[in-house]
Amino acid sequence: MSQIHVTTSINGDQTEFLCEPDETLLDVLRDRLGLTGSKEGCGTGDCGACSVTVDGRVVCSCLMLGAEAEGHDIGTIEGMAEGDKLHPLQEKFLQEAALQCGICTPGILVAAKALLEHNPAPTEEETRYWLAGNLCRCTGYDKIIRAVMDTAEDMRRAS
Amino acid sequence: MALDDRSKTRDFKVIGTRPVRPDGIDKVTGRAKFGADATAPGMLTGRVLRSPHPHARIRRIDASKAEALPGVKAVVTRADFGEVPEDVFDILDNCMAGEKALYDGHAVAAVAASSPAVAKRAAKLIEVEYEPLPHVTDVDEAMKPEAPALHEGRTEETVPEGMSPNVISRVQFGHGDIEAGLAQADRVVERTYRTAATHQGYIEPHACLASMGPDGQADLWCCTQGHYLVRNTCAAILGMEQGQLRVTASEIGGGFGGKTTVFLEPVALALSRKAGRPVKMVMSRSEVLRASGPTASSSVDVRIGMTKDGRITAGFAELRYQGGAYPGSPVDMGSMSAFAPYDLENVRTVGWDIVTNRPKQAAYRAPGAPMAAFAVESAIDELAKGFGLDPLEVRLKNGADEGTKASYGPTYPAIGLMATLEAAKSHPHWSAPLGKGQGRGVACGFWFNFGGDTCVSLNITPDGTVTVSEGNPDIGGSRASMTMMAAEELGIPYDQVRTIIADTGSLGQNEVTDGSRVTFAVGLATIEAARNAKREMCRRAAMVWGIDEEAVVWEDGAARPSGPNAGEHPPMTLAEIAAIASNTGGPIAGHYEVNAEGAGVSFATHMVDVEVDRDTGATKILRYTVFQDAGKAVHPSYVEGQFQGGAVQGIGWALNEEYIYGDDGVLQNPGFLDYRVPVASDLPMIDTVILEIPNPGHPYGVRGVGETSIVPPLAAIANAVSEAAGVRMTDLPMSPPRILAAIENG
Amino acid sequence: MWGSLAEAADGSTEVEIEAGTLRELLDGLAGEYPGLAPELERGISVAIDGRVYNDSWFTPIKPDSEVVLLRRLKGG
Repeated sequence: MSQIHVTTSINGDQTEFLCEPDETLLDVLRDRLGLTGSKEGCGTGDCGACSVTVDGRVVCSCLMLGAEAEGHDIGTIEGMAEGDKLHPLQEKFLQEAALQCGICTPGILVAAKALLEHNPAPTEEETRYWLAGNLCRCTGYDKIIRAVMDTAEDMRRAS
Repeated sequence: MALDDRSKTRDFKVIGTRPVRPDGIDKVTGRAKFGADATAPGMLTGRVLRSPHPHARIRRIDASKAEALPGVKAVVTRADFGEVPEDVFDILDNCMAGEKALYDGHAVAAVAASSPAVAKRAAKLIEVEYEPLPHVTDVDEAMKPEAPALHEGRTEETVPEGMSPNVISRVQFGHGDIEAGLAQADRVVERTYRTAATHQGYIEPHACLASMGPDGQADLWCCTQGHYLVRNTCAAILGMEQGQLRVTASEIGGGFGGKTTVFLEPVALALSRKAGRPVKMVMSRSEVLRASGPTASSSVDVRIGMTKDGRITAGFAELRYQGGAYPGSPVDMGSMSAFAPYDLENVRTVGWDIVTNRPKQAAYRAPGAPMAAFAVESAIDELAKGFGLDPLEVRLKNGADEGTKASYGPTYPAIGLMATLEAAKSHPHWSAPLGKGQGRGVACGFWFNFGGDTCVSLNITPDGTVTVSEGNPDIGGSRASMTMMAAEELGIPYDQVRTIIADTGSLGQNEVTDGSRVTFAVGLATIEAARNAKREMCRRAAMVWGIDEEAVVWEDGAARPSGPNAGEHPPMTLAEIAAIASNTGGPIAGHYEVNAEGAGVSFATHMVDVEVDRDTGATKILRYTVFQDAGKAVHPSYVEGQFQGGAVQGIGWALNEEYIYGDDGVLQNPGFLDYRVPVASDLPMIDTVILEIPNPGHPYGVRGVGETSIVPPLAAIANAVSEAAGVRMTDLPMSPPRILAAIENG
Repeated sequence: MWGSLAEAADGSTEVEIEAGTLRELLDGLAGEYPGLAPELERGISVAIDGRVYNDSWFTPIKPDSEVVLLRRLKGG
């Protein structure tokens, strides 16, 4: 099998890589590009730990081929903070202890950021349904949902 | 270590606050390195070949075709492991099958290759000749004398003769006279309750990176709840000396007891030894579900008698737990904890440990206790409601308190059960109105909490900041707790202390992160290590001042002269003492090594409202409140987090989660789509009430909090669903089809 | 002693052993009741005055102490 050459943008950086035709975007990110912030919890799109954005839309990177990234803008957890300035969601997750083990946190943050871009004033129910594809086994989701809604409120106030 | 007298009234400066955890930034930016995030130069990929049969004799394994595939560097089977000590035999046999494959997914061979793709192809080329054998996966079926036997000669002397060899052991606890007690009752409930096997469901699959050289030295990186245990177990399995194997714990993506043993690690080491290269292994989700530890499934008979004014006259439970293909189900813990919340004159439990053709169970949060509490708390609820009594009042009437002889033997010191019940009774949740089709349930739960071997090393750096090294993987924020306890004890700000998890070469033996022991035991060792450092710093200050060290005390982060003969000296801060450490004798550190004792038992009461849809059988959790005794909440946010997480795992166990085996003995739902853990949209907020009844065995009064929270939910939810559906639910999970069937059969 | 141990100790739920420490107690038990040996070898926990001990041989036992033998605890 010959490898495929792919040109894409990852967190705003022009990136090129070679990948196998059957290689997932998640494997490319983790094994070829050293971006191990996206996690593999299931490999079947059920847990959301590998969530990235593709042109702003949340996607399970374990369900997308690396070759499909050609020409698209990929966003991962590594691109969420701007330099040393954390995204307000990241700050809020720390302040409100919205993580325990932290394995689901990157995927949840990526998905939550997309939620707030899409809907700056989500209700609790909207937040819960938006994040229903991101499993967390430690927290029972309570502090996660609160942190996302509190961030939304802060961001609305600030804007 | 006793509770400090002054802790009862003490004004803590750091304990009880909610600082940001030290590993926080790494975890919100994707920088944290978990098990699968490590690499090594020249690294190979390891892959396991697993049995498709639930029970089969392994006649022959031929790896020649796999070994001939370009890129394959090593294949190992059981033949690559020598004789091992008896206490690790089952662990090895579970990691790599010997004569028989004992469950669907049991490892039979493994390969290391230059890429994941080659490893995958090579595993398929390994030829295994199986002789399939009859199998059994149900606990009650496995006890029948005619059931297929997994092992011969494993039965303990505690089991009466004539039973199936699948019955491994029997335990009994209790006191008093059950029949006499039941005779005093106005009503006796006698029922059988069943729970399905559930998986811990940590989101991070097992992963490790092993590197072993021809000199016999090895390094291992893995996600585990106890890297010292991994070291000791792997060394025994591979015939190594413990000192030659250094294990580093990665960040751990959840464990809940499931990472208190080894699965891949000995195999990766064996592959690395054979290939002469580092080997990385990562399980897929289906491997996690098929071949790493779920908890036991259970079948429990209960008989409880009560007078019409709500006094329990006798409690009896016979518990049957299957723990998969090897001895060691947590039925003993279930038998000890079943009636632990109650002060009973007549109580007895009998537990049976059974083997079946399922994966070897691993500990799961308060192992064994939730199933036992489900049975007992359901029966108590049924009795209370049958007499028209308030279920909280009935529990208050029978609840254990200081001085109660526990159902498992000892007499309780100060405990918090009554406080949780009183808090529940006065909480607005208890008096809130319920709608049509809704029900409210309550239940109590108990867990022992542990101590055990613990080491902490606390170092004062030259600039006066402090590093703490401890040996217990941080699974839910414990580095924050240790940092807080060190800062509190030293009288310095939280941000001047940094806590790390040291590798096995850096500290002495440490027990696993289990039994809700870490905040208690490692906290205790951290406090004592800080006290040792303070004593040394006082001694240094005394040298400088030219006075007796007895005349120096430590207060607010500084040494101060004290007493009639101390003289007038300005305080010397920690930083000032650190700066002149070289001039006063050398670097300053405090360390503490202990087999920690005095862990305080913990109790919780849970309250839940549900709505049952009578057309679909679906249950919605409307409201949930946890009341639990924490002893002393060091970081209240993470205490709440433990309460909430345990409750939601319990919700999954009660309503959805279930290992489903077909008649073929193969696991039918090895993925998160069909093994459905609770998702955000299934749940309401989980309210928490932290009670603080100090543990007499810890300087600050800390009790473990991690496990108790999964004990009450199964029964609390079953009691609520039973009320809402108008029919008593006795089998978990209460999935929609089960609820519909129960409603139909009335 | 828990039920299974009592069976192994010829049916006694309470026994008297001359012992000043945990180790002396365990040695004394094994000596008086050989039937207990398999359970003791598998490992037990001991609660002395309500506090649980695992392996500390030299834990002192006072004449009026309540000593309860338990199944070895294991957690998650």
